[in-house]
Amino acid sequence: MHSKSKPFNGSVRRRFLQNLLAIPAAVMLANASLPAYADSANSTGLAVTDKTVKVGILHSVTGTMAISETGSVQAEKLAIEQINAMGGVLGRKIEFIQEDGASDWPTFAEKSKKLLINDKVAAVFGCWTSASRKAVLPIFEQYNGMLYYPTFYEGLEQSPNVIYTGQEATQQILAGIDWVVKEKGAKSFFLLGSDYIWPRTSNKIARKHIDKLGLKVSGEEYYPLGHTQFNSVINKIKLKKPDVIFASVVGGSNVAFYKQLKAAGIDMTKEKPLVLTISVTEDEILGIGGENIEGAYASMKYFQSLTNDNNKNFVKAFKERWGKDIVIGDVTQAAYLGPWLWKAAVEKAGSFDIDKVRAASPGIELKTAPEGYVRVHENHHLWSKTRIGNAQADGQYKIVYETKDLIEPDPFPAGYK
Amino acid sequence: MFADYTMTELTSIFAMQGFAGLILFSVFVLMALGLAIIFGQMGVINMAHGEFMILGAYVTYLTSTLFAEYLPSIYGSYFFIAMIFAFIVTAALGALVEWAIIRHLYKRPLDTLLATWGLSLILQQLYRSVFGAREVGVTLPDWLMGSYALNDSIEIPINGLFVMGLTIVITVGVALMMQKSRLGKQTRAVVQNRPMAAAVGINTEKVDRMTFALGCGIAGIAGSAFTMIGSTGPTSGQLYIVDTFLVVVFGGASSLIGTVASAFTISQAQSTMEFFLSGSTAKVLTLLTVVGILMLRPQGLFSLKIRR
Repeated sequence: MHSKSKPFNGSVRRRFLQNLLAIPAAVMLANASLPAYADSANSTGLAVTDKTVKVGILHSVTGTMAISETGSVQAEKLAIEQINAMGGVLGRKIEFIQEDGASDWPTFAEKSKKLLINDKVAAVFGCWTSASRKAVLPIFEQYNGMLYYPTFYEGLEQSPNVIYTGQEATQQILAGIDWVVKEKGAKSFFLLGSDYIWPRTSNKIARKHIDKLGLKVSGEEYYPLGHTQFNSVINKIKLKKPDVIFASVVGGSNVAFYKQLKAAGIDMTKEKPLVLTISVTEDEILGIGGENIEGAYASMKYFQSLTNDNNKNFVKAFKERWGKDIVIGDVTQAAYLGPWLWKAAVEKAGSFDIDKVRAASPGIELKTAPEGYVRVHENHHLWSKTRIGNAQADGQYKIVYETKDLIEPDPFPAGYK
Repeated sequence: MFADYTMTELTSIFAMQGFAGLILFSVFVLMALGLAIIFGQMGVINMAHGEFMILGAYVTYLTSTLFAEYLPSIYGSYFFIAMIFAFIVTAALGALVEWAIIRHLYKRPLDTLLATWGLSLILQQLYRSVFGAREVGVTLPDWLMGSYALNDSIEIPINGLFVMGLTIVITVGVALMMQKSRLGKQTRAVVQNRPMAAAVGINTEKVDRMTFALGCGIAGIAGSAFTMIGSTGPTSGQLYIVDTFLVVVFGGASSLIGTVASAFTISQAQSTMEFFLSGSTAKVLTLLTVVGILMLRPQGLFSLKIRR
């Protein structure tokens, strides 16, 4: 008995010792910032091992912006999963660390610091509002990180540490106005927006373009964020009788505005006046209700109803992953581009090194983009087409126009500095 | 500004603008009533008022979904049932909150501000977990959509008329209840002199709970009605809270008439200025006026004179 138990005990002890030895190794594997396992791609000081590379996802999943940012998180996770299923980036699986910006700009800054300094992520996909981007920008520039920013925004920015996967204002606005002038014979415009930087800059760009075409701006109005009573401005619009209401109202105000516009007897399907919006994606229509916005036009680069094969696959995969009732808006698609653009840049550079990825980024093409085809410009924005969609009662847009060529991003249009 | 328009056009615009002001007035009264009861009668600063409203909105959303699924034949009338549900659910939650949190804080009224603010954050995240972060779209029955054309050029939003009617019914109901009913009399007695009210056999704890529940229930009805004109999302309640407090404080916290008068003043000022100036400027001027008047009359427009 005694003699028999000895080898047994010994084997247990040996196994135990082996396990003990394995622990630090496992820790080292998990804590990839340790420089112990280094080959060329792993020596960047980033969280890269032979098997994995870490990236960050930084959006608000709590607080007021969660409404908008949820779709972006879903798109980024889907892209990462798809990339991993194809074998990852440079043979490494992507692991993401998700942080919650909580709709609070200082929190965004703090979390981005955590991602860059503690987690040493190779790229961050995140931010939604310009305010959150401005809050993290100095941190990305100081610690040399790479941010893929998905939202269409006002432009007037170009950072070596940011790739802007959404459209800047001129791409979205000029094509929209040109279309409504050419196809609908619009002569006068009423510019209406929420009161913050994006609508104000957008309307400045719109007004300048309208002036250049020799047409008339019959009114320009801003309402505080979260404003819920639009009856007075609707009366004013009725009095001024513009051909086009150019709307950049956002958030909860959006819902109130379209419901009250409809209730005030303005039938948007009659196009008198025609409503052209740059802020209502399919996501927003969920809250507004398709029947309340039917007939309005939107000018954006992506609509869920695009019929190319890339988009069909994307919509199918998105619905399989996140539920069949989900809708996909412009920003969600732009967020989906982020991981793919980063993958392409890393592979072109042959390294995860931020400086090399940055140098490799301009000229990167994505032929598999749901919106069709995009290319990264020298100025870190994307060449993209702009489409006009007509809102339907079922909450989708019917695409009525698409620009022939890719539109060059122009984040610093002359005269707006 | 008006040189290019004919007299008829101007008349109809001003008529519609008058209605816009009245609708805004009704909205203000409706959202402030519940808070006026809670703040005015009990001195509790209920920062979660907006979240109670949105609970009412979510109940309306659920009711509309249920009706669309199981009772499509009487879908047109779901809105009334939804409002009753909204009242019951929010009042029940109100009673629960009073029992769990508020009653421990009556001696520290300022702390109710913190407690209810925390409650509002909890409720927001709860809505987000249950209903999702995105706004939900509440479908209205057809008869509530669109506008009523008074003549060729004057169009009145039907949902605006509905809100006006609802506001009148609820305000009159609350006023009658406070003046005539047993609960109303007891409430006023407790407000004026709690120990004395207790001494004559009024169950002050029960009165407190009923009053708080009533205030929350009315908030729920307001939220239900506002699905017609605004958004229903986890944080939508925040859109109303500032205006609500503005109306109640400006009116003089403990007076129902004050709330109505203040809602009227603020809504008329705001909608008139919005028409002639831009939206943001109008808001700034409205707030400035209110601040100015409150500096001269800190107790608000109307105040109850009682011996403390």
